Amino acid sequence: MRIWPAPQFSIDLTGQTALVTGAAAGLGRRFAQVLVAAGARVAIAADRNDPVEPLVEEIERAGGRATAIRLDPTDAEQLISSIGQAEQTLGPVTILINNASIATAAAAIDMQVELLDTALATNLRAPYILSCEFARRLIYARLPGRVVNVASMAAYHCDDSGVSVYSMTCAGLIRMTETLAVEWAKFNINVNAIVPGFFRSGMMEVAFEHGPRLPDRFSRRRVGEPEQLDSSLLYLVSPSSSFVTGTCIKVDDAQLPR
Amino acid sequence: MNRLTPNYSLDLSGQVALVTGASSGLGRRFAQILAASGARLALAARRVDRLQALAEEIRAAGGKAAEIPLDVTDADQLAAAVDQAERTLGVVTILVNNAGAPDAQYATKMPVELIDQVISTNVRAPFILAREVARRLITHGLPGRIVNISSMLAYDYSHAGGSLYSITKATVVRMTEVLAVEWARYNINVNAIAPGAFHSEMMDAMIERTGEFRQRFPRQRMGRSEQLDGTLLHLVSPSSDFVTGTVVKVDDCQHPR
Repeated sequence: MRIWPAPQFSIDLTGQTALVTGAAAGLGRRFAQVLVAAGARVAIAADRNDPVEPLVEEIERAGGRATAIRLDPTDAEQLISSIGQAEQTLGPVTILINNASIATAAAAIDMQVELLDTALATNLRAPYILSCEFARRLIYARLPGRVVNVASMAAYHCDDSGVSVYSMTCAGLIRMTETLAVEWAKFNINVNAIVPGFFRSGMMEVAFEHGPRLPDRFSRRRVGEPEQLDSSLLYLVSPSSSFVTGTCIKVDDAQLPR
Repeated sequence: MNRLTPNYSLDLSGQVALVTGASSGLGRRFAQILAASGARLALAARRVDRLQALAEEIRAAGGKAAEIPLDVTDADQLAAAVDQAERTLGVVTILVNNAGAPDAQYATKMPVELIDQVISTNVRAPFILAREVARRLITHGLPGRIVNISSMLAYDYSHAGGSLYSITKATVVRMTEVLAVEWARYNINVNAIAPGAFHSEMMDAMIERTGEFRQRFPRQRMGRSEQLDGTLLHLVSPSSDFVTGTVVKVDDCQHPR
């Protein structure tokens, strides 16, 4: 049928540059690929233990633009300079995907302070510092932008498997989404979160590893595949979603209670 | 080498959508967008003349639509509406619970009739409709999508004179969550949209009474109904099968968090 009236919905990201953290593998890798497919140039950030060059080459061979960024999430200077570095190669960063996080599996009373510090730095401090540097440049350049934080259903639901710090920091990331959305609304910077449940290669599968039959506990007897997050990511970065900010989208197939 | 194709289809052909409150405002736009995406549309509301005009527009554009006169405060009519939609267009696979009633009154001044009307329209009707649709889907072994229209007033109540509206919209949020859990095993996804201040018949009537208030918002603007297109399409998209039990706030940060 004739498209009438045309739905106001575009997923064309041509001309935009995205920076994705934790993009070497798993969900972050998929996010980077989907953004490229939608027309964005993508800075692939990961720490030095995770090789990102193969992904950059793959994207460029397919005609996309990408650059690799070495990023230690516990190093504030590197976090700040990463945005400028991406901008130099690919142009002003208008989309930031805060995806990198580490899951902790230790009882609170047994957790080493070093692990606590790494988790707080990676899961809270890094996305905050990155978001601030991202926003600072956009505000100066008077450009609109989109931040998508990748939290986890562990923020709302924690079982007794040593996930206290992961769960706390995910809740903090969700609150960060809301507070920064309020603070930057006037600058047309939208801040939203995706809150995945158990996905293959997601953090939660690691955090809640209870053996091979995890899906049996869920109503639909399945864990998510990375591509089942495509529509939520594209919805949040879509140029048509200018009214969508300060919202956190649970994507968990109702695996967890409400 | 081929580029990866994102998993994002907006093709609703073969599906039947029932939209309540389709005669005006957001509901009318939801119906148009679902029709433009290929769904057959059951248009429900009290004002039949408006439904007929919209149904004709959809048919003129090559779509299929049926008008269903419906007073959502009448439980018998709710079940009958779902039957009528099914007889005319096929099994309803998408339900948009959009019809809502404002109170615009101080709690102490609410007559019981108004209390009953608001609770009945905003909570009882969407619950009964969701059940009627889900029961038929379960019988046929079909997956489905339910989208409830809540409101940011479910979370933020800062101006007196809308307490029961706020209460009932919070109830819709919780209804969305509990039904998503209950029907997950049947592949029926239940989600909600919580819009901020959008232009609609209800809202424009309120602005008439109270004056403009958009200057209070960080972006000093009200929403236009087409700014909900992407949110509706995300929730009904065949690619969003993992998205259930979520409430999407769409308010441009008009409200605090």
